[in-house]
Amino acid sequence: MATANQEEVRLLGKWASPFSNRIDLALKLKGVPYKYSEENLANKSDDLLKYNPVYKKVPILVHNGNPIAESLIILEYIDETWKNNPLLSEDPYERALARFWSKTLDDKILPAIWNACWSDEKGREKAVEEALEALKILEDEIKDKKFFGGETLGLVDIAANFIGYWVYILQEIAGLELLTLEKFPKVYKWSQEFINHPVIKEGLPPRDELFAFFKASASK
Amino acid sequence: MATNDLKLLGGWFSPFAVRAQIALSIKGLDYENIVENLNSKSDLFLQSNPVYKKIPVLIHGDKAICESAIIVEYIDEVWKNNGTPSILPSNAYDRASARFWGAYIDDKLYNSLRNGLFAQDIESKKKHFEELAEVLLKLEDVLNKSSGGKDFFGGEKIGFVDIAFGCYLSWLRVKEKFTGEKAFDEAKTPSLVKWAEAFATDPAVKGILPETDKLVEYALAMAAAIPK
Repeated sequence: MATANQEEVRLLGKWASPFSNRIDLALKLKGVPYKYSEENLANKSDDLLKYNPVYKKVPILVHNGNPIAESLIILEYIDETWKNNPLLSEDPYERALARFWSKTLDDKILPAIWNACWSDEKGREKAVEEALEALKILEDEIKDKKFFGGETLGLVDIAANFIGYWVYILQEIAGLELLTLEKFPKVYKWSQEFINHPVIKEGLPPRDELFAFFKASASK
Repeated sequence: MATNDLKLLGGWFSPFAVRAQIALSIKGLDYENIVENLNSKSDLFLQSNPVYKKIPVLIHGDKAICESAIIVEYIDEVWKNNGTPSILPSNAYDRASARFWGAYIDDKLYNSLRNGLFAQDIESKKKHFEELAEVLLKLEDVLNKSSGGKDFFGGEKIGFVDIAFGCYLSWLRVKEKFTGEKAFDEAKTPSLVKWAEAFATDPAVKGILPETDKLVEYALAMAAAIPK
């Protein structure tokens, strides 16, 4: 359990955002109590602008008044500050691999899948091809491990929350079959382990509400 | 002799390879420097970096580490007790801050500089270089706040942000040659002017930054190769 001696932990986030959700998951895994404020990006709060003047985005973690932005950077900060249930290995090579895969998720894999789900008629075929290539990269990486981190859930698994949960919702709305048991059995199996993990299960946003939220965006 | 069994697959022109080289230098590490010709990628290279097929790649024994910022952190962690200075700060918040600015530089500085240098039309060039000027103003501010009056972003010694930014110095000098405008505005970014000098002449950096004239030739060849 985290110590709670005058410690103030605040998360500025958006409930539907996988990036914001990563921070909820990490804090919950470590048992760190925190205050959450929902941000409206169309009407940014003074605090958001104060704490992240460079990007003006969420999530932002504020620890004892000190702000940290960018979800992967926040995750490492959390892991270094609250040492129970470590998200990263102590071994430098394992850490380098975890950082590489988290970055690859953000730079290459998530954008490819996101683009495919929101693509128009014209770009659809190519976008879907790229999304499937991206999922193949993950399929080759997960192999027969329970989690990307090995036996226990780690940084990469949290960073892959979009893959474990959001993808199913978005692909259904888009009428696509990207991540399926048939096409990517290992990633599919990992996603089931992920969403059934006791802490993760409680930390993910409710499926119906998330579906409705993205469905509404799709109709705009 | 590479007693640590270290190889760096890099390219003299690449700021990212330069970044890894500076980190190796700070930690006093011997390594075999293998310059990749990106048009005929070696087997070692392709095996080591299957996802991105990019340089640099650090090979330590049988381990391959990709992405320059990740390589720097790896080097800093493996050799943290060899008597050489640490590259990242020891405090968790300062580390987060260093990583934030490192990522900012690789996003905003890299893109505005590269897009400005290789933009085909004048309006685009102007727009990108204006953005670059904004980025440099911001980094001037960060330097003033984080250096504690010392030479570097890391304080007395070169740190993570210094390396993240400093590896672009030669390319900023290329821009200087192309545009005729100084890389760092002496009126608007006086601290950066001093910092650049201190960085380039630091013993750990000497000999690693590519010569501007050589890089200019390289940049001209790259620009000529862009399909019109």
